[in-house]
Amino acid sequence: MDLILVNLIDGLVFGLLLFMLSSGLTLIFSMMGVLNFAHASFYMLGAYFGYQISTVLGLGFIGGLIVAPIIVGIAGAGIERYGLRRVHQYGHVPELIFTFGLALLIQEVVKLFWGQNQIPYFEPAYLDFALFSVGDNAIKAYKVFMIFISLIIFGGLLYILTKTRIGMIIQAALSYPKTVEALGHNVPFIFMGVFGVGTALAGVAGVIAGPALGTFPGMAFTLGSIVFVTIVVGGLGSLWGALLASLLIGWMTTFAASYNIKMSSILEGIGFSKPEVLSDSMFQDLWTLTLPQIGPILPYLLMVLILVFRPQGLLGKRES
Amino acid sequence: MIKKTKLGIAVTLAATLSASVAFAENIKIAFVDPLSGPFATTGTNGAAEWTYAADVLVNDKGGVLGGKNFEIVTFDNKMSGKESLIQVQVAIDQGIRFIAQGNSSGIAAAITDAVNKHNRRNPDDRVLFLNYSAVDPVLTNEKCNFWHFRFDANADIKMDALTDVMAKKEDMAKVYLIGQDYSFGKAVAAAAERNLTEKRPDVEIVGNELHPIGKVKDFTPYARKIVASGADSVITGNWGSDMVGLGKAIIEAGFEGQIYTYYAASNGITRTFGEAGKGHINLVAEGAINPPASDRVSAYVDGFEAKYPDHDISQARIANAVEMLAKAIDEAGTADDVVKVAYALEGMVHDSIWGGTVTMRESDHQAIQNVHVAGHTNENIRHPLDNSEYGLLTKVTVENAGMDSPTTCEMKRP
Repeated sequence: MDLILVNLIDGLVFGLLLFMLSSGLTLIFSMMGVLNFAHASFYMLGAYFGYQISTVLGLGFIGGLIVAPIIVGIAGAGIERYGLRRVHQYGHVPELIFTFGLALLIQEVVKLFWGQNQIPYFEPAYLDFALFSVGDNAIKAYKVFMIFISLIIFGGLLYILTKTRIGMIIQAALSYPKTVEALGHNVPFIFMGVFGVGTALAGVAGVIAGPALGTFPGMAFTLGSIVFVTIVVGGLGSLWGALLASLLIGWMTTFAASYNIKMSSILEGIGFSKPEVLSDSMFQDLWTLTLPQIGPILPYLLMVLILVFRPQGLLGKRES
Repeated sequence: MIKKTKLGIAVTLAATLSASVAFAENIKIAFVDPLSGPFATTGTNGAAEWTYAADVLVNDKGGVLGGKNFEIVTFDNKMSGKESLIQVQVAIDQGIRFIAQGNSSGIAAAITDAVNKHNRRNPDDRVLFLNYSAVDPVLTNEKCNFWHFRFDANADIKMDALTDVMAKKEDMAKVYLIGQDYSFGKAVAAAAERNLTEKRPDVEIVGNELHPIGKVKDFTPYARKIVASGADSVITGNWGSDMVGLGKAIIEAGFEGQIYTYYAASNGITRTFGEAGKGHINLVAEGAINPPASDRVSAYVDGFEAKYPDHDISQARIANAVEMLAKAIDEAGTADDVVKVAYALEGMVHDSIWGGTVTMRESDHQAIQNVHVAGHTNENIRHPLDNSEYGLLTKVTVENAGMDSPTTCEMKRP
């Protein structure tokens, strides 16, 4: 029972982290139709900038949390303005190649400046203690802090998109860019702003995830694919969908990793009998699998199922 | 003008000639390991250690065979078996007689097969395989051959030593085994289970599981499970970011006991564990640098750190491999006839720079040496790792570990 509660909290932390990444990505996609392969790289940049600002420049963790995303956002906006916008006119494939190349470039640049190894980016001392314990398992204050930051960002994003004038213009530009432009709004500028904010969100995720999950040049790669799965499952362009899918995937992977349920007991439960000599059986691997082993592929399995039965995603509106 | 040109040509010619003469005198060792991609850190660190060992332990002391120098030639195998075989072939085509490789037992298995075939088919340009790190027991058992020499203690020997030390802990009651889901992770788990049930039948193994290698983003759920199981000791063969992620998550989840590892040091791992890992992280390996066995060790390590500030002496056996190869070449009187070198190498008893002796066992070409269990700490550390204040301090030493360990190797000698 204790373990369930602990897993709910851990899954929430990971899910909300995924949300911060996927919200930016899904926003960019719904506005500009650009699948940004470099999105997770901005997340990585956030972590590295956060480290640089908080420790080397001595502004402290909060300094990093505020300044790093701004730098990442400005970098993102600059890349949209001077890179992506020029490539845009040639269509989708050059755009994809551009963002893909950008991801590789950022990874190499990071290695060049900070090296191959994991860097010593830690939680601030004032959050590095066990806030409370469930059974024997300690819940660190930093985890609770991560939950709060993510919730604040979700609330802010939702408020801006639905309640403010800027949000209305963004939503209008989404469906009728030509009309919005005719009304005197600077649509390319809005695109640049959205791209900047989206990458800044990834930067925030990086700053707070860096100390918890480790800051190393492979961090973008390990999270990159799962972010795409999240926005496909949630529905491309849907903020609520991104939240739902993030939490679903967060809890799914956490619970799967925590229970050693054996495939053999499931198979026996539904009436198959275990072969006497396993090594001769065609399904040897299937019989010896455990749930934690297949945990990491569950999100991909979910994505396949969603694409088959509900191609627009859980909360997506698009038909195509 | 013409005179000048002539002079220029003459000088260039002379320079090329003397360069090629110097070139020809070098005894080349091909270093075939990942120098790019996700495992490049380990590879470049290994290359630095080989180059330094060759320079300091051999070349600066006058070389071998009365003045020939060792030269380490690096080849990037990109951590792929196929690429490794290509690179080994390139090395052989360049006339290199010694192949050094260590990262991944899978690749080592491919190379040992390839070398064996090559030597059978080309008796005139045979090569030796110096395995400095791949620890799958299979390489000195079923897959053993005359051309392969392993300078590291294999996974079984390390586990034997580790469980010897663990068995002496009276208060140990519950052990959790966790590792990466591939051949090495499985070998570690099997060896741990076998040794523990034999040496401490009263100890309960409360968990034995494998996780996908390099795919786990967040180790927290695994850590929760380990804490909830009530385990007081964890054994893992994890390496790289899987090691850091797992170790950090376990400690942060409130784990009070000991974590026994193979590879939880250096390449950023020591620095990342920092204060949190103190009193928790243990590592089983050969070659202790804290406390240093002699002033020679300190001079060697300090010199390395001065030359390569971003790297560490993390694979002490490389120094043994270089010294033993030099000795064998001198003894054989040739660096070209590797059969003679191999015969000189097998059975060699070598006084290691790290203290104790290294014996290259004749029956299976497995080096028998002292194995240590060390703790991650910042106290009494003469040689820290990762430019931090933390390092590994030897707790217990098992002398000549695995001296009597059985082998199924049936070696065919030329």
